[in-house]
Amino acid sequence: MTALLELDHVTLRFGGVTAVDDVSFTVEEGEVFALVGPNGAGKSTVFNLVSRFYDPAAGDIRFMGESILKRPPHDIARLGIARTFQNIELFEQATVLQNLLVGRHRHRGTWLLNEVLFTPFVRNEERRHRAAVEKVIEFLDLQPYREKYIAGLPYGVRKVVEMGRALALEPKLLLLDEPASGLSVEETQDVAFWIEDIKKQMGITVLMVEHDMHLVATVSDRVLALADGKMLALGTPREVQGHPAVVEAYIGAHAKSKVMA
Amino acid sequence: MRTVFKTSYDADIDLFRHSAQAGWYVLLTVIAVALPWLVNTFWLGEATNMLIWAIAGMGLMLLVGQTGQASLGHAAFLAVGCYANVLLQQRLGLPFILSFPLCGLIAGIAGVLVAIPTARLHGIYLAIATLAIGILIDDLIVVAEPLTGGVMGLFAPDISIFGLTINRYGNPWLLYWLVLFVTVLVVLAYRNIQRTPLGRSFAAIRDSEVSAKAMGVNVAKTKAVSFGLSAAITGLAGALMGHFAGIFNNETFNIIISIQLLLMIVIGGLGSIHGAFFGAMVVAVLPQAIAISRDLVTGALGMGSVAIPGMEAAIFGIILMVFILFEPMGIYGRWLKIRTYFELFPFYRRDMFRRQRSYLKTERMR
Repeated sequence: MTALLELDHVTLRFGGVTAVDDVSFTVEEGEVFALVGPNGAGKSTVFNLVSRFYDPAAGDIRFMGESILKRPPHDIARLGIARTFQNIELFEQATVLQNLLVGRHRHRGTWLLNEVLFTPFVRNEERRHRAAVEKVIEFLDLQPYREKYIAGLPYGVRKVVEMGRALALEPKLLLLDEPASGLSVEETQDVAFWIEDIKKQMGITVLMVEHDMHLVATVSDRVLALADGKMLALGTPREVQGHPAVVEAYIGAHAKSKVMA
Repeated sequence: MRTVFKTSYDADIDLFRHSAQAGWYVLLTVIAVALPWLVNTFWLGEATNMLIWAIAGMGLMLLVGQTGQASLGHAAFLAVGCYANVLLQQRLGLPFILSFPLCGLIAGIAGVLVAIPTARLHGIYLAIATLAIGILIDDLIVVAEPLTGGVMGLFAPDISIFGLTINRYGNPWLLYWLVLFVTVLVVLAYRNIQRTPLGRSFAAIRDSEVSAKAMGVNVAKTKAVSFGLSAAITGLAGALMGHFAGIFNNETFNIIISIQLLLMIVIGGLGSIHGAFFGAMVVAVLPQAIAISRDLVTGALGMGSVAIPGMEAAIFGIILMVFILFEPMGIYGRWLKIRTYFELFPFYRRDMFRRQRSYLKTERMR
């Protein structure tokens, strides 16, 4: 296995707060890698660093062996990195179909002039995009919502649509920011199956942030625990869950000693 | 209610959803083409005026309704188009058939030039910046007197296409058909933009810039393209407005026109081509309707003709307030509701068009 994404001693400060403190890890091709940690640990900040929304104060981020720090944010999707957002950032005044089609922007082969004239070439491109989007719709069972506006959809469906929009990019690396937050037990199970299939059938590497430890333990190959921007433990889900530093970060040293006693 | 069974992807890509819809638009086109035989010269002039406003409205709609960028200075692009068109004809001797597309191009470039420094501005700040440009153009026309004629203004020459002379008073039907032709072209271009990646990236920027960026949309560039296209369409409307008015100066394109344009698309319904047309009907027909009803009222009271200053603006203001309070989706939104009511009769529910308020919308990144 080769390293798809590498964070090399990355540090990010907001004023006096060090949100990400000397974090290094590699995501191997074909694995599901989870970031866990209490609120404010810097998990989403890592995502925003990879999305190039923030510039790190120190360190390097490499995708397929190449530094991405010189690239503007809109180039990240073109490289093959797709993401979802913790608080759902869909295009609300558009249909599910249109949202998924925006995910195809990376594959836009047409340009202003022929789009305005809507040449036969543009029509063929549109058909191609539709075919790709339809695969995603089928994969995520979104058929009933195809023509529905996002603004009228329930939370759980929006969550799935956002995952679909990221998949429509046909990415190499998929960043999922809390894919199961706010979902019911059944919906979370669906997400677990989907992540398995994304990894095995589509061959897409997944980096995810998740609080639901059961989901993390079910789907991930490796887990990195963060707290206060620092790395606590890295390993299999079982290793990380039992790691003393992780237990301390979640429950606190004092509580732990009481439990021990 | 009609259920459309889609059997190919083309059903979503085509211009019309079903053949009946295409039929209605064909009928509308036939009526529009036949209008010179149906109405008298006065109302034909009003229809021409309305179509010109609709073109300008579509220009602004592309920017405000599609891309979500405010502009309070769009009369500036009307002016650029109008002056460029006439000056290209008078100074360089270009025929209308060349000067007209060129003036659109020049207005488009002006739009891109405005977009480059304002690309990072949002909401109220963008509105203020564009407002400044709208005010600036007024002074600029006066300052550039050797070129623009300053406050004296310019006369628009008769349009001449392959030896055919078009004059508003001599042959109004030809001017009407010319404007109609341009309108149809702009509508087609607008529709094509809407159903391609470009239009979808506009909508993406409107609804969430941060996730547009994450989908690989170059936000600054796309905004510039939107500004450029919007300004180009508005510039074409400006050129037609010049030929329609015959004479124009800095006052023709003052800030009131910019605001009226914005009001027009809000009243018509933001985000749809229909909205530009409904809004244009209100803007073009309302002053006439006010004048006629005023004459009727004063005539019935035996007062003779009385001019009430500011009445037009007041009525405009009231209409806008009523729409923002009761129908934020504009005339087109109301029309959709009425149509759905009859299509679903008797199963229409009041909350059918109410959108669920989204929650968990915190900490949006800029």
